[in-house]
Formats: sequence, structure tokens, C-alpha cells
Amino acid sequence: MANRTLHISTSPHITKGVSTDSIMLNVVLALLPVAGFAVISFGLNALLLLITTTAACVLTEHRLCRWAGQESTVSDWSAVITGLLLGLTLPPIFPLWMGFIGGVIAIALGKFIFGGLGYNVFNPALVGRAVLQAAFPVAITTWYPAFLGDRFSSISSSTLTFPFMTPTVDAVSGATPLAAYKFEQVMTGSQDLALGLISGSTGETCAVLILLGGIYLAARNMLNWRIPVAVLGSVFVLSGILYLIDPQVYPSPIFMLFSGGLMLGAIFMATDMVASPVTPFGVVIYGSIIGLLTVVIRIWGGLPEGVMYAILLANAISPHIDNAIQPRVYGTVKKQVKS
Amino acid sequence: MGFLNFRQNTFKHGVHPPEHKSDTNELPIRQFPFPSLIILPMSQHIGAPAKIIVREGEEVTRGQVLAEATAHVSVPIHAPVSGVIRKIGNVPTLAGQMSEGIYLEAFPYSSQEVAKGEPVPLTACPEDILLGIKNAGIVGLGGAAFPTHVKLQVPEGKECEYLLINGIECEPYLTTDHRVMLEQAEDIFTGIRYLMRATGAKRTIIGIEANKQDAAEHLRAHLPTDIPVSVEVVPVKYPQGSEKMLITSLLGLEVPSGGLPIDVKSVVVNVATTAEIGRLLPHGRGIQERVVTITGPGISKKGNYRIPIGTPLRYVLEQVGAADNISEVYMGGPMMGVAVSNLDISVVKGTSGILVFTENEVKANKKIYPCIKCGACVDACPLSLNPSKLGILAKFEAYDEMADNFHLMDCFECGSCSYVCPSHIPLVQYFRLSKSIVRKRQKANQNG
Repeated sequence: MANRTLHISTSPHITKGVSTDSIMLNVVLALLPVAGFAVISFGLNALLLLITTTAACVLTEHRLCRWAGQESTVSDWSAVITGLLLGLTLPPIFPLWMGFIGGVIAIALGKFIFGGLGYNVFNPALVGRAVLQAAFPVAITTWYPAFLGDRFSSISSSTLTFPFMTPTVDAVSGATPLAAYKFEQVMTGSQDLALGLISGSTGETCAVLILLGGIYLAARNMLNWRIPVAVLGSVFVLSGILYLIDPQVYPSPIFMLFSGGLMLGAIFMATDMVASPVTPFGVVIYGSIIGLLTVVIRIWGGLPEGVMYAILLANAISPHIDNAIQPRVYGTVKKQVKS
Repeated sequence: MGFLNFRQNTFKHGVHPPEHKSDTNELPIRQFPFPSLIILPMSQHIGAPAKIIVREGEEVTRGQVLAEATAHVSVPIHAPVSGVIRKIGNVPTLAGQMSEGIYLEAFPYSSQEVAKGEPVPLTACPEDILLGIKNAGIVGLGGAAFPTHVKLQVPEGKECEYLLINGIECEPYLTTDHRVMLEQAEDIFTGIRYLMRATGAKRTIIGIEANKQDAAEHLRAHLPTDIPVSVEVVPVKYPQGSEKMLITSLLGLEVPSGGLPIDVKSVVVNVATTAEIGRLLPHGRGIQERVVTITGPGISKKGNYRIPIGTPLRYVLEQVGAADNISEVYMGGPMMGVAVSNLDISVVKGTSGILVFTENEVKANKKIYPCIKCGACVDACPLSLNPSKLGILAKFEAYDEMADNFHLMDCFECGSCSYVCPSHIPLVQYFRLSKSIVRKRQKANQNG
């Protein structure tokens, strides 16, 4: 003992034992059932798409870090989350080469140019998807029915479209519940919606599995439960009011909750810690804005789905929410107004 | 809000680190052997260092005053053993720099009887009690080491209604206050009598965390009837033992930002400090020893020991069987304690615990990630500060903005934010540096 070299460190000398990479890894774990269900319902097409987008994100992050002369940050798992989320928001037969470009853009333009993990203004996966939506408006709205008999034996020609070529649209196509509502005024049953027995983006169909993933993360304190509660709550209340005004014109709040990308967006994308506010009241405002915009875009906008733009817009104002809303500090009468 | 907090019997936010108190909380306080050489720094307290009044070669008796207070915020230092002054010079301190001090060689065969002093009667006037507390060299034994007589002085125009005795001991591992409450109930109540007289407090509440039910029951069973004192048990939560948090939990009041407990008519005194006042003042003695919890995975003879002030750490660790692979030694608990860089420093008045970790406990995954704005720190800060924002501002060296808009100076460095941070950002360290820079700037502005 006498001649030991003592280490010195600053207090506190113990930590809770949660680390950023373990949080990210747990988000990946929570997404796996959702991804698994996507593969079960859409078959090989979905599997290849998820692998492609994830690989694109991880490779891009690794390459960019190396080019910038930094240590690769791939091991923090955040690029895997971006890749999975991007794949899950795309249609199942989305051409793989387009998915790859989406992954590259998500990491390069959505994350890396801002400074990497912790500095991105927007959810990177949604940045990738927004670019894809603008660049390939037809491919990203070409839906495909779930549970086709040959889904594990054949691959759609659209999936395997040669790079930089336009996909040929298959004969079979399935309208999503939101598109059916918007363009054909057809309502899908709520049980089918909750269980995911519907057409839609790769990972957006099974609301129950998404919810379970969210509950797992919230229980482990790795997800701010206030955000999905605020998003879903505000969608429910707003669409509920509209439904009460005229149930013939407006869809029911249950339909609104369980259709499209709302569940995945509310639980796995709006909750992107970096792009959301930090204060308890701030996240409630942030979540409510997402819910409000989602309802407005879905009902009055030109697109059938509005969750992506709702989250991106809320990401943009998140720093301002953080500046405007600070918790009341102990021992002060009212919160300090910041210039 | 204050009303709500009162009903909840606790404060907002906070953290729950593993307690690790069961290693020592059932071990009675034992007298530690006297070392052959005592090393006494002259600034063991906050405020002006004491001035040495003995010469090299002089023989001193245990309890004799070796150095006297030089200012209002200062206390004298007494001889912890009978012996001879070997040397007066620089001694190493916990803070790192050398400070003036005394090397005192103990007489090996002395009876170590304590020198008699002038007793301070309970009937003395408040000023005399405060002077008696100062003369006894008493400082906050919870770790802050702020001279107790200064804290007890109620400023002109203010009044003290509540005397709060802090028996919380929220730091993991530490059990000194717990043992003192179980073993020194009479000293504590005597101390309370002195304190109530000195402050004019009308009511006393002893606050104890729920993990020390036995101490609460013991004190309740011995409650005196001549003074209005009660025992309240509050939920276990770190940092319940901070003055502000204790006031909120017991009284439902908030100390104003930048203010003191007396602004809400309260004075908070640590329970071990109270016991020491009750033990020393009736005999007019000065403080020569204190109870220290020595614990941690690197120690084989863990326990609560009454150790002479000035005992070198190296001697302490030899006596309690420190392991061969010790890696970090802390003075105090794991949340706010200070890492020791030199085993030649000694136990001082503010040393409430000595915690020894081996190579196995020193955190493996300490990789620092960027702030991911998860908000865990915001949900942990007992003052509802925004450590995430403060941390980012500190990186940009925006110290004035931190102080002006984000209440940096309210931070009391409890460490809750760093404890929960998944990115392992040393937030408290940032704030400590930022605070000292802000203080320097404020001083420069005043002088300029």
C-alpha cells in the first residue's frame, strides 16, 4: 500500500452506470421487434431494405469520421438507430439504391455537418426521408400489400431497380389506410390498424409492437415519456374535437392514432433526445406542436401523411422552446426571463 | 408549491445512489490509537487560518490551545495529544497546496488526560455561548468545516424560529452521524439546549433519513421534556442533507436564491457538530478528535472511529488494513468527497469519512460522449437548474451568461447531474471552475 500511485478524479466518484452507448443500444433493441414484424409482414423486400439503409448509415458515419481525421463514432450505436428508423419509414418495395442514398444523406446532411452525435438540429432519419420524398415522390408513395404468399421467396423488381433507374411499378399495390381515407374516403378497421394487418411503410404498421418498445425504453428511463404522451394526446384531442363536429368528414381519433407513421414517429423519432427540448414543460409544448401539425397536414394538407414534416418543424423550433422555457429555479419567485 | 413540498415531506428531483451503509452502520464508535506524529494544518476551516502561539520544542498538554483565531470567521486549534512541538512549517493539505502547520510528536506513555478549561454554563448569555463554541474550535463536522459560531449568529433585524438538526447523512457509505445519534443522544440534547439559547430558536426539529429508523426511534425515546424538540423522518434521497433541501423537506419553505437559511427564520446544524458542542462546552474543552467512517472495498477493518485530529492518513490506512490494490482514496463520501493525492495529509475537523476504492471499483467506462440533451441532469438537479445548458455554456466559456441567466452561483456542487449523465460529462467540475472564474471577475469589478 505504502508506495501505491493514487488516482485522483473529481467528485462525484460514482456514476449511475448508464452510458450514452447503452441508451442507444437499448433503442436498437426496442426497434428489433418492430423490424422483425416488418420482415414477417413484407418479407425479403423489407429485410433487404433495412439492411441497406442501416449499412449505408453506419458506413457513411465511419467514412466521414475517418475523412475528418476523427475517431470513428460508429460504436455508439446511434447510426444504427438512424439506419433502422429510415428503413422503417420507407415503403417495403422502395428501391435499394434509393434507400442507400437516403442513408448517406441522413448521416451526412442530417448529422455529420452539424457536428455529429449531440449536435444535430433535426432527426437525421427524417432528414434522409425528407430528401427522398422530394427526390423520388413516386417511389416513396408506391405501397405494397402485406402478407403476400410469396414474400419470402421472391423479391420485387422495384426493390432491385438498377441504380439511378426509375423502378417499374408492380401490378399489385396496396393503398395505405391514410391514402385510402384521403383519396378514396375509405376507413380501415381499428383492430387491423393496431395489429398491423395493413399496408404501409415497412415498420409503421404494427402499433402494438411500437408501443411495447416505447414502454420498455420509458421504463428504463431511456425515453422521455412526456413526448409521446403529448404527441398522441394532442392528436387524440384535436381529431376528437373535429370528429365530434362532423364524423362524416373527419376520421375518428382512434384511426388517427393508429394509422400512418404517427406511432413510430411519436415514440421513436419525436423522442430523439438531441433534437427535442430538455425541460419537462418544454417537451410537452414540443410534443403538442407535433400533434397539432400532424392533424393539420393530414386533414387539410396535400399529403396523406404529415408526421415527418410535423417532427422536422418541431425539431427546428426545439432550441427556441428550450430558450424560452426554463424551469423555476429553487428559491426564485418566477422564472428568469432570458434576453 | 411550498405547501405541496411540505406535504410530500421531501424536495424536488434528486437521485438515489446505492447506499452501501450496511458495512458500518451497526459498528459502534471505537477509539482510534494515537499516532506517534500528529500533523496539524492551521486552516482546517473556512475563513482565516489560525495563528500559532507555541514554539518549536515546547511541551503541550492534550486540549491546550496551539493556535488562536485571527478573525471573526476563524477558530482556534487545540492539541489532540500531549507531546512536544517537533516542527513548525509547511504541511500538505487535501487541497493540494502546502499550508502552515504544526508537527506534534506524542509522548508515548502519557496518560493523555485532557487539559481543563473554563466551563460554559447553559445559563450563559447567547454571546458567551457563541464565544464558547468559537473557543472550542467547533466547525461544521458534516464536511463543510464552516465555523459554527458564525453560522449561529442571527443578523440584526432577522430572527431565528427553527433550529434544524441535520441527521440526514445522505452521502453513501458514511455512517458517522448515524452512530453519533445512536450513541450520544444526551450530548445531542445538551448541544441543542446550547444552540437554542444561542440562536433564540423557538422550536427544534431533528431531521433523519428513513434509512436510519433506529436512530430516530432512539432519539424519540430519549426526547427531553424541557425543550420543544421533535424528530422527523424524511424519505431517502440525495442530496437531502444539504441545508436548503432539508429546510424544504422539514418546513416546506425555500431559501431565497443567494440567501441564507436565516432568511426563512432557520438555522441548520449538523448532528455531530451538535453532539460535540454538548460534549465539550460543559467542560470548556476544545475539539481534539472526531468520528470518522472508514470504509470502502479497499479496507478490511471497516468501522466508525474516534480519531485524533491531525492523524496522518498513511497511519490511518495502515491501522485499518488497506488492501494492496487501493486505487483511489476520498475524504468524505463518494458524491462530494475529495480525492486524495498524498497520503501524508491528515484527518482534519471536516473529515467525515475516508472511503477507499480498489482498482476494481474505479469506473471502467468513463468515455465522454457529447451531450445528447437527454435531460437526465435537469430531472436530477435539486435546485431545478439546467445543467445541460450550463454545461454547454461552460464549454463556450460564457461564464457571465451562466451566472446572470442560469443561476450558476446557486449550484452547491452536490454532483447529482454528473452522477446521472450518460455521457459522463464532468458537469460539476465545469461548474466549480466557472464559479471560481465568476467570483474572480466579480472581485475584479468591485476593485476596478
